[in-house]
Amino acid sequence: MSTVQAASAEHGDQEDLVEDLAHFGKATGGKIAMWMFIAQDGMSFGGLLFAYGVLRASAESWPIPSDILGIPLTALATFLLICSSLSMVFAVLAAQERNQAALVRWLGVTIMGGVTFLGIQAYEYTHLVHIGIGFAESSWQGEPINNLFGTTFYAVTGFHGLHVFSGVIYLCCVLRGAMAGKYTQGGHSYSPVELVGLFWHFVDLVWILVFTFIYLL
Amino acid sequence: MSGQHIHAEPTNFFRKHVFSVDHKVIAKQFLWFGLIWLGIGGVMAMMIRWQLANPGEPVPVIGSMLFPRTNGVLDPATYNTLFTMHGTIMIFLGLTPLMIGAIGNWSIPLMIGARDMIFPLLNCLSFWAMFLGGAVGFISLFVPLGATEAGWTGYPTLSTTINGVGSGETLWAIAVFLIGASSIMGGINYMTTVIRLRAPGMTWQRLPLTVWGIFLTSVLNVLFVPVIGSAMLLLIMDRVFGTTFFIPASIMQGAGGGDPILYQHLFWIFGHPEVYILILPAWGIIGDLLSFFSRKPAFGYRAQVGAMVAVTLLSAVVYGHHMFTTGLSAMLGESFMLLTMIISVPAEILFFNWLHTLWKGNLRLTTPMLFSMGVIFVFGLGGLTGIYLATIGTDIFLHDTYFVVGHFHLTMAASALFATFAGIYFWFPKMFAREMNEFLGKTHFWFTVIPLVTVFCLMFVMGYAGMPRRYYDHTSAEYLRSLQHLNKYATHAAFLLGAAQLVFVYNFIRSRWWGKPASQNPWEVGTLDWTMETPVPHYNFKEIPEVFTGPHEFSNPDIPDGKDWISMTEKLKA
Repeated sequence: MSTVQAASAEHGDQEDLVEDLAHFGKATGGKIAMWMFIAQDGMSFGGLLFAYGVLRASAESWPIPSDILGIPLTALATFLLICSSLSMVFAVLAAQERNQAALVRWLGVTIMGGVTFLGIQAYEYTHLVHIGIGFAESSWQGEPINNLFGTTFYAVTGFHGLHVFSGVIYLCCVLRGAMAGKYTQGGHSYSPVELVGLFWHFVDLVWILVFTFIYLL
Repeated sequence: MSGQHIHAEPTNFFRKHVFSVDHKVIAKQFLWFGLIWLGIGGVMAMMIRWQLANPGEPVPVIGSMLFPRTNGVLDPATYNTLFTMHGTIMIFLGLTPLMIGAIGNWSIPLMIGARDMIFPLLNCLSFWAMFLGGAVGFISLFVPLGATEAGWTGYPTLSTTINGVGSGETLWAIAVFLIGASSIMGGINYMTTVIRLRAPGMTWQRLPLTVWGIFLTSVLNVLFVPVIGSAMLLLIMDRVFGTTFFIPASIMQGAGGGDPILYQHLFWIFGHPEVYILILPAWGIIGDLLSFFSRKPAFGYRAQVGAMVAVTLLSAVVYGHHMFTTGLSAMLGESFMLLTMIISVPAEILFFNWLHTLWKGNLRLTTPMLFSMGVIFVFGLGGLTGIYLATIGTDIFLHDTYFVVGHFHLTMAASALFATFAGIYFWFPKMFAREMNEFLGKTHFWFTVIPLVTVFCLMFVMGYAGMPRRYYDHTSAEYLRSLQHLNKYATHAAFLLGAAQLVFVYNFIRSRWWGKPASQNPWEVGTLDWTMETPVPHYNFKEIPEVFTGPHEFSNPDIPDGKDWISMTEKLKA
């Protein structure tokens, strides 16, 4: 917070920023709309996770996820995704401080985090298909298992993966604007970075739930 | 402020009329789109009624043209398709675009004093997503093996590949998904617009009830449409990729299977709020219109808003009353029954306020007023019969009978349709700068309301006597043959109802191009939309107006110059 205030004071719009942070009523239309989008997206995930919960709870047999899914690798992916949330925070701060070089750097780090996550997911999918966990039919060590295990796994993580993919594209668009210096001009110009940040944090937050329900429990 | 800049009016035909970002043009696009689909869905209803009254006889006039293979007779598969697509079309492609798309787009910016929606491009995308959804739905009627036959609710296993083998069902799911995406885009846009772009002085407590209704509907759209989106995705996966989310283990060959009841949960988590998605704007519209045409303030404005907010909240927790017969646990069933009954409390508050708004008012029985009063009447009938369906004991007997069909047609279909008609008659002079013919309008009303109530009240009788819905030929069951004369009466009334809509079509088309030019404020009301000139200029307000009074300050003794109404931009005498 102190860096923000220092930077703002330096550019003489501290009051503007403090007011902006203090009053919801002052939120820009884009910010309100992004929160609503997050609410509706949360409900979509809610629908899928509800379906997963009902199907798993009522299944006659369900394999232990940690036997089949590689927890350490996914834990690493989770760690990377959380780190990319942190770099996203730094990117927003950099935009507010009108530090273009730092903004571009932190956005780049965030994008790298997202891309690495997608890479690990792609590797994981190929590996799982190779050992017999398919989308419609699954077997484990030669024995057929409840095919809903694979189905729900791919449906939920795939839906999340699509979000990470969209997020990366969204971040790339913002990166382009950042390189052109659009978001470091003071006032509300940092808003688009903040919005992509909201979306990115949401995607990360949902992953914590997905990781818990699909992998750990 | 963002979104409030004035851009030059586009001159290119495509930018002006097709891919326009102007809320007024988009409202008219939604209006025409919705009316055309309302017509298609209506013709389907007429064919369903023909089959019910005259099972297995060729449909007159249009039958041989539409079904040449059977010489105009509806075969069972076609009959299934008709009632399925009738429901889907009327809800998703008829009432939704008309009430939320057309009236919402038209009234929100004009009534709150904004130059446009806050995200004009998103608004344009919302229309074209719905158009695409409509196109996919339309194409699904013509694919090999035909369109969906699973009922508008699309329950598995009827809607999985076990029963619905054609691609029509998949296209149906895609269409519902696209229309849902359109609703979400519209909802986010409407809410943000109302939150951010209200004119100075337009506090939440001065917001016209129409805007309140559409705002609350948008809340439900944004929160619950995604759930049916998830359900449709899972259904599409079951159909296209061979997964078994909704296919029960008992009919599976491999290990494990899914749960068809899961679909019903996902569907009704959305489906029950959907009922309120359609009725909240209707309540809002008539809350305003009853006040406007009684020349009295809306009685209990705050109570009406409070009741609508309460219904919005409650609508999320009552969906289980659609599933009493699915083997729901008794405790859950009773909880849902109680919560459902509680909804009648805010509904009663609204009724009381509407009637008290009318009470001793200086009623002006114009066409929009007649339709608004019609909403009170048909929603009252539908609401009272809802109590029997909310009660588990009676619902188990009445489930899936024509009693249910009569109930939901009166509540969500007829009430929403009447409010839509009221809205169209009311805003037409501002929208098209011409007046609609009042005599034809009143004819339309009376020839709509009487047959409509006849049809659906006969359905209550038949449903109570045990006539199930969705049967191809009721006369094949001995115990239903004695009801056949009622089916014939209902069909005659339905045809009269259908014919009355031709009066509306004639009136609409004639008034649109050849009607009497409308004055600026023919209804003498004070909301911001009526205080601007007709036709509405590009970007609505050159100067954003400042609001000083509420929307319903009628017959207030403090109104200057001896009028009985005051513009929201004028001040009352101190």
